[in-house]
Amino acid sequence: MGSVVALSSLLEARQVWRGRAAAPVEGGQPTGWPLLDAVLPARGWPEAALTEILLPADGIGELRLVLPTLARLTQGQRPVMLIAPPYMPCAMGWRQQGVHLQRVEIVDADEKHVLWAAEQCLRSGSCAAVLAWPQQADDRSLRRLQVAADTGRALAFVFRDRRYLANASPAALRLELAAWPQPSIWVRKCRGGNVPMQAIAFEQYSKAPSCGDEAFRAAVIPAKASAHTAHMGVLACKERDIHFRFPPISRGE
Amino acid sequence: MLWVCITLPHLALDGVLRRRPNDGPLVLVDGPANARCVVAANASAQHAGLYVGQRLTAAQALLAQFDAIPYTAAEADRWQRFLAGVAYRYSSQVALLPQAIALEISRSQNLLGDWPKIERNLRRDLTELGFRHCIAAAPTPHAAHVLAGVNDGLAILTRETMQRALDGVPLQKSHLPERAVDALPRMGIRRLGQLLGMPRGGLQRRFGAELLQNIDRLLGDIPPGLDLYVPPDAVDWRIELSHEVENIAALVFPLKRMTSDLAAYLAGRDGGVQRFALRLEHRDRAVTEVQVGMLSPERDGNVLFEAARGRLEQVQLPAPVLSVRLLADDLPGFVPAGRDLFDERPANALPLEQLRERLRARLGDRAVYRWGTTHDPRPEHSQGTAVENDDFIEPRARPTWLLHKPVPLRGALRILAGPERMETGWWDGDAIRRDYYIVETEQGQRAWAYCTKDAPGGWMLHGWFA
Repeated sequence: MGSVVALSSLLEARQVWRGRAAAPVEGGQPTGWPLLDAVLPARGWPEAALTEILLPADGIGELRLVLPTLARLTQGQRPVMLIAPPYMPCAMGWRQQGVHLQRVEIVDADEKHVLWAAEQCLRSGSCAAVLAWPQQADDRSLRRLQVAADTGRALAFVFRDRRYLANASPAALRLELAAWPQPSIWVRKCRGGNVPMQAIAFEQYSKAPSCGDEAFRAAVIPAKASAHTAHMGVLACKERDIHFRFPPISRGE
Repeated sequence: MLWVCITLPHLALDGVLRRRPNDGPLVLVDGPANARCVVAANASAQHAGLYVGQRLTAAQALLAQFDAIPYTAAEADRWQRFLAGVAYRYSSQVALLPQAIALEISRSQNLLGDWPKIERNLRRDLTELGFRHCIAAAPTPHAAHVLAGVNDGLAILTRETMQRALDGVPLQKSHLPERAVDALPRMGIRRLGQLLGMPRGGLQRRFGAELLQNIDRLLGDIPPGLDLYVPPDAVDWRIELSHEVENIAALVFPLKRMTSDLAAYLAGRDGGVQRFALRLEHRDRAVTEVQVGMLSPERDGNVLFEAARGRLEQVQLPAPVLSVRLLADDLPGFVPAGRDLFDERPANALPLEQLRERLRARLGDRAVYRWGTTHDPRPEHSQGTAVENDDFIEPRARPTWLLHKPVPLRGALRILAGPERMETGWWDGDAIRRDYYIVETEQGQRAWAYCTKDAPGGWMLHGWFA
């Protein structure tokens, strides 16, 4: 029986030919949003770096932005950590988007420990992506996360309120989500490239449930198409002929 | 058959020394209170002139400062059993001999490699655990025992060479019955070879059947007659601290030893541990119990140590600690995590299991979990921890954030889809009757909201399509 040799020593001694080293591919971490990929310098998320996502309010599409990435990572059996999410992730909703929940770890951390937990996860090198919702994060703590993401070769996402846009940030990529006048993504900073002048259209409804029934989808899509007719106060529903009365939506203030 | 014998000449002393962080002079003493004798002395005590067999009073006259610890046979016996558990990793046939452990490895060689390799691994394990030892291999366990006492590292594979090697062994080291060992040199028989050449009838008349039986076992003419060691199903170890410990930091060293012992024991048993308890015993007070639980069975020494230390650091000691006890009765099977052959992770990566334990140690036992979907259609009951996901995917849209409790939703809303009537839950008294809609708020958020029959205009927010 031959002696067991550690693989790392063989690799270091260059005794194993591992095929041609692939050129560093652009778009190693595609976002799943082709329009966004097209403007980012890495053609995807910046690898092993911090991405900051700024929101005007919860429920604006922040998860739709990252769920394709999480689905891709978890289906590849790579673990993903959620640190102190603001609400419960809805298991069925995530599964509809293709996320493999067995690889998603949720960490409940109080305000003091969110950044600590995120840094531990990033630094460990065993997580593919770490999503954190810190209430307060200053430049210094974000820089720590950026360094930790680089050490652990992981994707780091930090979700913060839009009012922090004015503060400088060490993140490699800063995205701002806007819902008005139409759902869009503003790239506010991207390392290694120019910031695009225009917002990227963020198609809200393109990701219908992966096996949705057609009647339901049909009900959703016309609603989107008739966005401008939404001022009408009465909306008729096909299946059940129930009428609801709403005040007209006052756009702006 | 190839038996290996590990003799442990300093078993009791090593058992005491290994849990002391410093190596100041130390002796084990035994005997009646008025005539205590040194039975073992460590290197620095010997250097100061203390020797085995010396009276304790004489030793005290020689050296002002040294620790004298009473020798207990039970403690030495416990260490011997512990080491048998470690040796169990190499063979299923492990037997206890006086101050020695014998194991049969001819069948283990297919799995673990040839003898020099097993010997190397055995010696490494024993050295890491801090026990001095001599090892020899021979076709019979008793011969291996005798040879280990004479020649450390000797390996004999055939009966003929074994006979030749035994011929030169002095009778004092032959582990034969004491009566014979005392009497035979007076008859001019000083070596084992001379004894083996004697006529059996005469030996039986002079020394009885016991000597002949021992000789036959030594040579392998009759079965060795050993009771095999069976590893216990639960762990209950206790360390008495040499002084009263008042802060947790001083418990780290004994804890490290205990968890690495536990890891060695579990490796021998090919099992893991998911829960164990540490009991800190005080004088005249109830014990402080620290429960250590992990998400999945583990047996890595570092994982066990980190998990235990994290829990221990949160404990407030009500009184000084005299001894530490480790209890583990839940020892499930251990399945190591699969890894890629070409592991691309950074060199200093922390495995996910270890990371989760570290987070739990700081944030609480319930802080790290996974979600899964249940079969219940009610949103409040539709998910939980420790649920296995099946293949079913709900065809109707579900939000991505779910509120713990629905809250009223005000402001101007625009219906995007709905209603989806949910009228269910009659079986457990938590019935719901709701019409769910996907609505858009003024800020452009998409919400999952419902209204009930009783309050048709009152929207309740239950989730976000974030």
